[in-house]
Amino acid sequence: MTLARFCRKKPLGAVGGLVMLLILVTAIFAEVLATHDPIMTEAAGTLGRPSWEHWLGSDHLGRDIYSRIVHGARVSLIVGVASTLLGSVLGGIVGLLSGYVGGKTDLIVQRVLDILQGLPLLVLALVISAVLSPSIQNVVIAISVPIIPRAARVIRSSVLSIREMQYVEAARALGVAHLRIAFRHILPNTMGPFIVLGTAQLGSAILVEATLSFLGLGVPEPYPSWGRMLSVSAAEYAQKAPHLVLFPGLAISLAVFGSNLLGDALRDTLDPRLRGA
Amino acid sequence: MKTYLVQRLAIAVLTLFGMSVVIFALLRLAPGDIVDILFSTAGFVDPAARTEIMRELGLDKPIWIQYLDWLRQIFSGDLGKSYRYDLPAWEIIRPLLPVTVELAALSMIVAVVLGVPTGVISAVRQDTPLDYVLRVLSLAGLSMPSFWLGMVIILGLVAWLGWIPPVTYVSPGENFQLHAAQFLLPALAVGYRSSALIMRITRSSLLEVLREDYVRTAWAKGQTGRAVIWRHALKNAMLPVITVIGIEFAFLIGGLVVTEQVFNLPGLARFLVQAILWRDYPIVQNLVMLIAIVVILSNLAVDLLYGVLDPRVRYAG
Repeated sequence: MTLARFCRKKPLGAVGGLVMLLILVTAIFAEVLATHDPIMTEAAGTLGRPSWEHWLGSDHLGRDIYSRIVHGARVSLIVGVASTLLGSVLGGIVGLLSGYVGGKTDLIVQRVLDILQGLPLLVLALVISAVLSPSIQNVVIAISVPIIPRAARVIRSSVLSIREMQYVEAARALGVAHLRIAFRHILPNTMGPFIVLGTAQLGSAILVEATLSFLGLGVPEPYPSWGRMLSVSAAEYAQKAPHLVLFPGLAISLAVFGSNLLGDALRDTLDPRLRGA
Repeated sequence: MKTYLVQRLAIAVLTLFGMSVVIFALLRLAPGDIVDILFSTAGFVDPAARTEIMRELGLDKPIWIQYLDWLRQIFSGDLGKSYRYDLPAWEIIRPLLPVTVELAALSMIVAVVLGVPTGVISAVRQDTPLDYVLRVLSLAGLSMPSFWLGMVIILGLVAWLGWIPPVTYVSPGENFQLHAAQFLLPALAVGYRSSALIMRITRSSLLEVLREDYVRTAWAKGQTGRAVIWRHALKNAMLPVITVIGIEFAFLIGGLVVTEQVFNLPGLARFLVQAILWRDYPIVQNLVMLIAIVVILSNLAVDLLYGVLDPRVRYAG
């Protein structure tokens, strides 16, 4: 399906794609787009209303909110994409092997995934990030672990149907090694569900990062993070300076909204079977 | 039905057992043991006091004995001791429990009341502007962090009504109206998010059922649209919705973690976050296990309900 056709058939998906593109560009060119140093404090201009100098106002330490949001896009996107990739790839491999091998192995793997999935995503991420020391890598790990069972489920179910196809049987008859069949013959055909899964998980990964940072367990200082911009200090000054709360939250919502819109449209296009899942 | 029941129960018990291992192992991964963390604020550590605490916590025993001890503790209903408060955990948790249960129940009601009807409308009016608006609204609900939505609700109330929600907990006996307002606002923030998933699944499930032959038969018999949808189609469409409501319950607990924080409600979820921030690991371990039990039980309840509602499940199981 060409890009033009996708835009015509799925206008909402195209909007989502555009939003994600916008955030990606913001993340890449953060230095160019920012008007101030995002971590520079300014004692004279604390809690400033939006103005010519500070487009979206300044926070309780006089830092420019617009510049912090622009730089925050980079942190959110890096953490979101990295944890989604890590979780989906690990989960994908587990799902691929478990689905391909089948039998008792599959049964046991499924039960183990049940266990990992039994805790609410946020609670699991919360505990992992609390146990690990605060750093960007550890936040990525904490967010990716709950993604593993979800990714494994999706890939496994598509492997189960691909496994029975004739070309796989043919490969087996030719004496191709099992691992080669799994990775070279079956894996490429799970790309559709994989992309759908990744886009859908990206939104929730960004959301979890924001929540962890909001609670003080996510991305540490000095990196500007959308979630931490909303944390306790913002809540304290919210009455006096509502822009402290409004703009970072809008940024989070926009990013998650964009990836949800795109994910929905991709799901309908690439994998109609997953509709409503 | 009986084998189905036994099977489900066995799986639930097995999963819970596995979860206890995961949770136990996870909290042992923490850098430095609990004693180090307990002493980290003290500065000077008396070695005698250290061994004393190690012994009291049972940390001097082999790890698998520690695990078995913990299991025994949970089975006897002993939730351990909070080091922060120096009180039995159960005494701290007990007053928090009703707050969280009330909030969770209210949020769930909000989610279902918002989600199911909008899903039905969206399915019946598929591809109309109304359908688009409802879908975008529900997707927006999925995209907004519920803690942020909560903050915005508070800001809006202050800006437009000049009313600030109470900062401390108000019991229903004290002032019922204030209590209701205090709980309804966070329930709206959490419930809106959950309603989005319920709306989406109701919509897609109803769309599927509406294409079935028996629905066409109902139309052909000349039944009114309302009867076809509410009496014939929705009954079958509700099965996946019930599953999602069950799953959503687990997500909801995640949503409560931050919402209780924002609204300053003294609930279990807020206490969990505080215990995590204070590194009160014995409490964290027990609270997370408690959450796991609630989640598994609600999944089990959904499974059983499914068996009751859909006879096909019973025979297949």
